[in-house]
Amino acid sequence: MVVQRRGAAISIAGLCKEYVSGQGRVRALDSIDLRVKPGEFLCIVGPSGCGKSTLLRILAGLDHQTAGSIAVEAGGWRVQNAMVFQESGLFPWMSVETNVRFGLMTRGVPETEANERVEAALRLVGLTRFRRHYPHQLSGGMRQRSAIARAFVTDPAMLLMDEPFAALDAQNRVILQAELVRIWEQTGKTVLYVTHSIEEALLLGDRCVVMTAQPGRIKQIIDVPFPHPRDLIALSAAADFGRLKIDIWKVLEEEVTRARQEMEA
Amino acid sequence: MNGISAKWRDRLLYMVSPIVFLLVWQLLLMAGFGDRRFIPAPSDIALRFWRLTINGELALHTGVTLLRVFGGFFIGAIPAVACGLLMAMFKPVRLVVDPLIAALFPIPKIALMPLLLLAFGFGDASKIALVAIAVFFPVCVNTYVGAANIDKIYWDVAKNYGASQTVMFTRVVFFGALPTIFAGLRIALAVSFIVLVAAEFVATKSGIGYLIWNSWELLQVDVMFVGIVTIGILGLITSALFQEIERKVIPWKAE
Repeated sequence: MVVQRRGAAISIAGLCKEYVSGQGRVRALDSIDLRVKPGEFLCIVGPSGCGKSTLLRILAGLDHQTAGSIAVEAGGWRVQNAMVFQESGLFPWMSVETNVRFGLMTRGVPETEANERVEAALRLVGLTRFRRHYPHQLSGGMRQRSAIARAFVTDPAMLLMDEPFAALDAQNRVILQAELVRIWEQTGKTVLYVTHSIEEALLLGDRCVVMTAQPGRIKQIIDVPFPHPRDLIALSAAADFGRLKIDIWKVLEEEVTRARQEMEA
Repeated sequence: MNGISAKWRDRLLYMVSPIVFLLVWQLLLMAGFGDRRFIPAPSDIALRFWRLTINGELALHTGVTLLRVFGGFFIGAIPAVACGLLMAMFKPVRLVVDPLIAALFPIPKIALMPLLLLAFGFGDASKIALVAIAVFFPVCVNTYVGAANIDKIYWDVAKNYGASQTVMFTRVVFFGALPTIFAGLRIALAVSFIVLVAAEFVATKSGIGYLIWNSWELLQVDVMFVGIVTIGILGLITSALFQEIERKVIPWKAE
């Protein structure tokens, strides 16, 4: 399948985010400069509390930066972004189908078109048989599949994913990672994927941004040289995959240690 | 098979305590504790109940009481839900309405009866208005609490996926609050019977409350008990009905 168009181009310049908390101001993000190419799969790794989720939330329009700018170029895309949350965030009172349809309903997509797109999205994630189920009747993996379908159905220029598979068991995670990569390869969307797993970042991403602990800064950006389409299982066993993983771990280790020392101090 | 029998076992368990209560009551009176002229046995009440049913008197009073309860219930509950949702969604609404609710909620609603008689007369309207007012507060407060405590992620999802205020209101906040709204409605239903029977003591010539008070004045203690029992039965039936409705309306609520 040839990808017809490429997702959003994002340029972030001097982005800062401060919170006012009990004792004073906490700097969550500090002068983030980042350019994301159209159609790129960019992974962001960092220790807990490095502000990686905050960065996604700002991009999703759920939070505002204290300083700095974000420019998103998404010409030709009707929907700029869609977010997949860590805990699926499916509405418990809607069936899978109604959940998937949500982003189309809010935007007034005509009935017949919406039906087709929902159908396609459910097929994409293999949930056509479960369309009438409610979220509490589904396994964790199926819930995240529904959440992914809900995001893809809106056809967003960029997909913002906040540790979407963190709560899944190992087998389900591998399956869903492979599905995500397959879907992404077909659609050419820009993906920003937050994770705390180096392995996941290397399996999925074109580039990997390593962030520092509080305040969140970009420590290093690493190119992931593996070509697409990827066979995730074979890739995870490859020698250069292991080497890259160790390289990134060394970068990250300092940060994790520093974050822990600060927490204990 | 197993599922069905478990369901019936639950229903039977639901009936154990009232049956045991009646049985003890009957046996105590038959054993000579208490004067049956003043404290009739369940069998005496049942007999009177049967007679009043046959001659249609009980049905008449029950009908009137139910009309007032449900009329007032719906008239009070619908705006209460809307008000609670608006309070949760818009801070200015909450700031304006909150002190009013705080001041009016604790007023015993029966104290408003003379005022309502002035406004609506001695007919059904004044009783319906009283029930509506009594229902409004618990439903409004429960709706607000339910809507305000919706998991933040649902607001985030709705916003990120382009929900307008209307969609937020009708598809997210309302349904998110629905389990708590139902808890409020159940309280409100009990409250409606409480205030209505009290109101019927004084300001009417029909209804279960009238039946109770009138038979007390005539010292027909068994009729009085029929009234009391009828209220209890109505409460039981409506409450069970409510649970069934809740099960249908909130299918996502885990069993």
